[in-house]
Amino acid sequence: MQKLLLLGDEAIAQGALDAGISGIYAYPGTPSTEITEFVQSSKQAFENKVRCSWSANEKTAMEAALGMSYAGKRAMVCMKHVGLNVAADPFINSAITGANGGLIIVAADDPSMHSSQNEQDSRVFGKFAMVPILEPSNQQEAYDMVHYGFWFSETYQIPVLMRITTRMAHSRSGVKRIGARKQNDLKLPEDLRQFVLLPVIAKRRYRKLLSEQVKYAQESEKSVFNKYIDGPDKSRGIVVCGIGYNYLMENYPDRIVPNPILKIGQYPLPSKMVEKIASECDELLVLEDGYPVVEEMLKGFLGRGISVRGRLDGTVPRDGELNPNIVAVALGLPDTRGIDVPSLMVNRPPSLCIGCPHIDSFRAVKEVIADLPKGGVFSDIGCYTLGALKPYEAINSCVDMGASITMAKGAADAGLFPSIAVIGDSTFTHSGMTGLLDAVNDKSPITVLILDNQTTAMTGGQTSPALGRIEDICKGVGVEEAHIRVLKPLRKNHEENMKIIREELDYPGVSVIIPRRECIVTIDKRMREKFKKS
Amino acid sequence: MKKDIILAGVGGQGIISIAAIIGYAALEEGLFLKQSEVHGMSQRGGDVQSNLRISDKEIASDLIPFGKADLIISVEPLESLRYLPSLANNGWVITSTRPYNNIPDYPDLDLVMKEIGSLPHHIALDADAIAKDLGSTKSANIVILGAASPFLDIEYERLADAIRFIFRKKGEETIQVNLKALNAGREFANQNIPV
Repeated sequence: MQKLLLLGDEAIAQGALDAGISGIYAYPGTPSTEITEFVQSSKQAFENKVRCSWSANEKTAMEAALGMSYAGKRAMVCMKHVGLNVAADPFINSAITGANGGLIIVAADDPSMHSSQNEQDSRVFGKFAMVPILEPSNQQEAYDMVHYGFWFSETYQIPVLMRITTRMAHSRSGVKRIGARKQNDLKLPEDLRQFVLLPVIAKRRYRKLLSEQVKYAQESEKSVFNKYIDGPDKSRGIVVCGIGYNYLMENYPDRIVPNPILKIGQYPLPSKMVEKIASECDELLVLEDGYPVVEEMLKGFLGRGISVRGRLDGTVPRDGELNPNIVAVALGLPDTRGIDVPSLMVNRPPSLCIGCPHIDSFRAVKEVIADLPKGGVFSDIGCYTLGALKPYEAINSCVDMGASITMAKGAADAGLFPSIAVIGDSTFTHSGMTGLLDAVNDKSPITVLILDNQTTAMTGGQTSPALGRIEDICKGVGVEEAHIRVLKPLRKNHEENMKIIREELDYPGVSVIIPRRECIVTIDKRMREKFKKS
Repeated sequence: MKKDIILAGVGGQGIISIAAIIGYAALEEGLFLKQSEVHGMSQRGGDVQSNLRISDKEIASDLIPFGKADLIISVEPLESLRYLPSLANNGWVITSTRPYNNIPDYPDLDLVMKEIGSLPHHIALDADAIAKDLGSTKSANIVILGAASPFLDIEYERLADAIRFIFRKKGEETIQVNLKALNAGREFANQNIPV
């Protein structure tokens, strides 16, 4: 078969389609978004009726995928690393229930925080759940691992975590497909109580999970994704995980490394291979993107025995993603850095687009609260987070999906006025609705602005699960109809919009203001498509 | 054969299109390719870059090591300077001189141009003006690609074919104007490469 030029994300999607998934579940999140988008635009997926629209959040996605697995079919669920926090409850428990049809969870980590609030390492979560983890070093491996992961999941009846990083997700390379496999037929679990996690069953399932660990480790030992590559210089052995392998090899143009290498692509760690490299070498260098997960395991708590170098002793920087130069320095090779960036260089942070509706919303809010005490605008995850930067400097928090409403509530409970939440439409249905219910039940004096640009904008304009539902949801949750106000964020409406915001700030209960105007990028895209069709 | 290229610009300026064209042409030549892109937050008017690596041998790293890039192709003058630590001693900078000024503290353009002028190997051209003369301001990125084309070690016709392929859904008119843009950029470079 011909090679395809695919992003890491796309290689995973193609792998899943060829492995016969019946559904993919996800909420958009950089750098994982393109996995689901690839399936959504795939002819193969369309012809095979692969279920692929966006879920409301990562937890609903994870649970739906688990349901599909329960029914005997193969399912994939994709998210960015912080999405796994949202899905943590079903994720951890899915290791106890086990899988029926193959189930792969893809978590895309973002070391260096290119587009995220933290750089948490999903391998820690995988270890916490005690599930096998796959970590590809290139796009071909990503593709191959999906096939293998489904095989593993069905053979051992366990969900498999696939961990990638931004660089893997958003880098393109040639991928060779293997043939496509048919989807599974419906087939319920043999034991219809397998998924009933009552203590009596959960205890049994948990003991099964514990006893299976040894089998997972045996699979790691013989996996094609874990390799021991010998080298003559035993003064140091190199344990390298995932994409770190590429950076290591880059430093040896003929691809021959003098030291023994243990290349890791599958966890739990292959203990025999680890013992071999530890017994043959004087010290170990660990190269891994993200947290020092493997390094900590090898070092142990007391740090006795063989010396282990890596992020913990400063051989590799403690934070940020790896690159060929960081690896070169860790190997003791010269840094090849060219000339310096001229001193006149300035940062060019991302900014709201010209004509963005959020600009008008921020302008109105800022002007209304100009004479009130500062510091009471709680915001959320989305394009509007850029309202923290100049020239707006309009928000005081951005923590996690939905936190604007609940933090505003807590601050209002403490007596802070004004206490304003600024959240996007898609973020609202992701995790804001339940917080709004709390505020309604407590009659907290907060003003919630749901900036409705009718799309999930920051990740590229995906369909928002909130589309056309926001007023009904607010009403249903119990917000008084008189305090649900819709306005159009346009410069010409500035005075009127300020008046509405002022009125609702004066109301000592929960009010919701919905500035509604479509994202200009989405309009542009829609118009171009319309023009193309006509 | 090995070309390590850093494509630089501001989110929305079309560097991914340049990468796609070079990438398609490289694959048609049977070369290996790795290309790292920027998606997400920075696409909203922030600085963006793409690492494009093509070679007749298999490529290891998705990222170009510091000091190893053969080319920096930039659609914006300030951005052409941001990645200089990645440029090899004998590497070339091909850049547009047209600033994209979306920040309050954009440096004095004369000083930016002076920095570019002080680089031993550079080609600087007002791609927007050239594209405008051809009747398509949108093709400025292809003018820059044309100016970089003498340094790519890829046959010119391959690049032209790649343009025909990448823009195939946009109609013959778009293809023709982009082919003209490619040619205009190349002519500029050929007349301005110091001997």
